[in-house]
Amino acid sequence: MPYDPRLVQPMRDEMVRMGATELRTVPEVDAALGDPKGTLLVFVNSVCGCAAGGARPALALALKHTVRPQQVVTVFAGQDTEAATRARQYFADYAPSSPSIALLRDGEVVHFVHRHMIEGHSPQDVARDLMAAFDRFCATTAV
Amino acid sequence: MSGHIFHPGHSDLHGITVVVETTGDALFVGRYHEETPSGVLLHDVAEHRPTPAGMSREAFLQKTLKFGVRGQHPHLVVPSSDIRRICRLVEWDKT
Repeated sequence: MPYDPRLVQPMRDEMVRMGATELRTVPEVDAALGDPKGTLLVFVNSVCGCAAGGARPALALALKHTVRPQQVVTVFAGQDTEAATRARQYFADYAPSSPSIALLRDGEVVHFVHRHMIEGHSPQDVARDLMAAFDRFCATTAV
Repeated sequence: MSGHIFHPGHSDLHGITVVVETTGDALFVGRYHEETPSGVLLHDVAEHRPTPAGMSREAFLQKTLKFGVRGQHPHLVVPSSDIRRICRLVEWDKT
């Protein structure tokens, strides 16, 4: 059962402040993920402690990196359930967990951060992992 | 942030995805909740038991590390007397 919207609004606002676009409906998810060009990060948000203490601060840190995905979007597991379920269909090989972070390039998952990789780790640890993935998969190749 | 406790009053494994090796064939991967008099309570638990046609324990854990925990049991209590070892999933291949 979804939490009181007033309770989760600050968790949504935190994502928007760091530059993520919220996807709250299935059509919004399909519009963002259905056109697989370039690099796209999907943050599966959650009310749990490791989202607040680890995942969201980690992403905020990582997005200050010079290399970053072209698009950053977020769905809220347990809140916007249809949108979250739809988003997960784009990376269905990966077991659903929240929070979690999928990095896609041209529609293919190139890096995935599961909840078990966030639990008990500092935001700095998780951010380092993300920034290494950004360097590897999001850097523009000189022609 | 080793030893970080999400919820004060709980074990430092509370909320952490762990591997529970048993004294038998079974191995479980799930989110540690707490140890009760009945055993260790896990949430969203995947289970591995060796079968002739199935994947090895190592392959199961490597797949779980990469693709995540496919929970077969929403909640499971593993009797304390059946537990050989508990470690964090992310530390499995370091132990």
